[in-house]
Amino acid sequence: MLSIKEISKSFGGLTALRQISFDVKKGDIKALIGPNGAGKTTLLNIVSGIYQPDKGEVFFFGERIVHLSPTKIARKGISRTFQHVELFGNMTVIENIMVGRHVKTKSGFFSSGLKLPSVMKEEREIQRKSEEILEYISLGHRKDEFASNLPIGEQRILEIGRALATEPQLVLLDEPAAGLNIRETRDLGEIIKKIREKLQITIVLVEHDMDLVMRISDSVTVLNFGEVIADGTPLEVQKNPEVIVAYLGDEEEIPGGYNAHT
Amino acid sequence: MKKGDSAAFFVLIFLIILLPLLSGSTYTLTVGIFSGINALVAMGLCILMGYAGQVSLGQAGFYGIGAYVSSILSLHIGLPIVISTIFAMIVAAIAAVILSVPALRLKGHYLAVATLGFGEIIYIILNEWGPGGPSGFGDIPHFSLFGYPVDSTAGYFYLIWGLVAAVMFFSINLIHSRTGRALRAIHDSELACNAMGLNVVALKIKVFILSAVYASLAGSLYAHYVTFISPSSFSLFYSILVLMMVIVGGMRNLWGAIIGAVVITVLPELLRRFEELDVLVYGLILTLSLMFFRKGLVPILIEKIKKVRGFAVAKH
Repeated sequence: MLSIKEISKSFGGLTALRQISFDVKKGDIKALIGPNGAGKTTLLNIVSGIYQPDKGEVFFFGERIVHLSPTKIARKGISRTFQHVELFGNMTVIENIMVGRHVKTKSGFFSSGLKLPSVMKEEREIQRKSEEILEYISLGHRKDEFASNLPIGEQRILEIGRALATEPQLVLLDEPAAGLNIRETRDLGEIIKKIREKLQITIVLVEHDMDLVMRISDSVTVLNFGEVIADGTPLEVQKNPEVIVAYLGDEEEIPGGYNAHT
Repeated sequence: MKKGDSAAFFVLIFLIILLPLLSGSTYTLTVGIFSGINALVAMGLCILMGYAGQVSLGQAGFYGIGAYVSSILSLHIGLPIVISTIFAMIVAAIAAVILSVPALRLKGHYLAVATLGFGEIIYIILNEWGPGGPSGFGDIPHFSLFGYPVDSTAGYFYLIWGLVAAVMFFSINLIHSRTGRALRAIHDSELACNAMGLNVVALKIKVFILSAVYASLAGSLYAHYVTFISPSSFSLFYSILVLMMVIVGGMRNLWGAIIGAVVITVLPELLRRFEELDVLVYGLILTLSLMFFRKGLVPILIEKIKKVRGFAVAKH
């Protein structure tokens, strides 16, 4: 469904991505891993339209989307979460989800101000659907709390819920397990699997938690210094010598070298 | 409408009906009329700034457009005042679209300065090309509804506050709607709004238009009440006054705009007895209230009510 073709991007003199190509199959959980600075988030930002690549194309269901604005891409059915949580902190948990329903509803400025019956009907529908999503991600008990008052684990899950509210085909998750403890990470894994199985939503996941990645993903792409160094099932990738070098360092170069980012 | 809003709305209507009956004094009602006019402008800025997070120091510009356009059209062309008022709103809306071209690219202090510049441009235009130049012009017709002139002070009080109530009703509904949530979301994270598929540009233009239309309506009502206007009423000072109303009342609460407008309008009247010291005392009160009620009067009042209720529940 998502096809990335020879994407290159540099910032000033720094090449962030070089000739990146890979495909994401519909219904898959695709993990994007690699050491810090490998270009994973940059790639997500290109897919979601925040950055324009210097070269290359992104196809979503065969349609070229690289030139579109983030808003238009979201409307095509690609939603996302952020590495640094971007919730609407001064709004309640349910209101955050309700904003996600915006694209699926249409009451305008005037009719809303006049509170026409059509608006009331739509509002009830938004409310109902949002409560449903909250139950789905098990945050029903936090409904009326301000989003900024939630612990980080719940904030990340709420962000996923808000992305789901737009009824996407594809969700991009940028380090959803960052800052989560072991139990929270396990719950997160269950929610991600549930989203794929029950809602048939395709997921692209950028993550450093290898345990989570290996447990839930169908396919893994490994980036290092802006290039794809491996692409395959979790098992294949784990055995790939290049990946081992990228993660643990070349034995001959740095004896006992260890990277803290795993 | 939520519970608290309905209760507040009921109190508002009650006070509107009661005040002219209790105090027939022209002086009290006149202060009430100016409070209502200011409340309209403040409500627009409250939605723009408190909810959507777009600072504006140019509201006086829209207020001035409302006053001048409506006055000129009714005085020189003889349009019915309701029509000229609506026409002025359209002109203000167009001005808002023009202002939003630079405003969409700017945030925070930069946006404040850009809107300030807009207000100053309108002020200079009124000074240079407005009828009468800096000294303004008079003989503006009194407000009339469908041929019936509204010339008694009590009548005008009801007209103004009836409109305040109507605008309040519209605004509360808007804030609690899909659109209102989107506006508040822009305030918190534009990045996330884009990722949710919200058209941030269109929403910002619309909210600028809304605040402009409210201010323009207020300007027209002002002009047809005082029947004499000059540019000095539409200077930067007025924009700052409106900003103070919104902040003193409580930025993130629409009721704060009304309370703030009443406080800022009535306070100087109450301070008359201090004679030449009145400006000093006025400044002192505002500074202290900002120091101690930083969130604004209405949010603090709501907290107090909740506390008292909490005690009442605990006792049972």
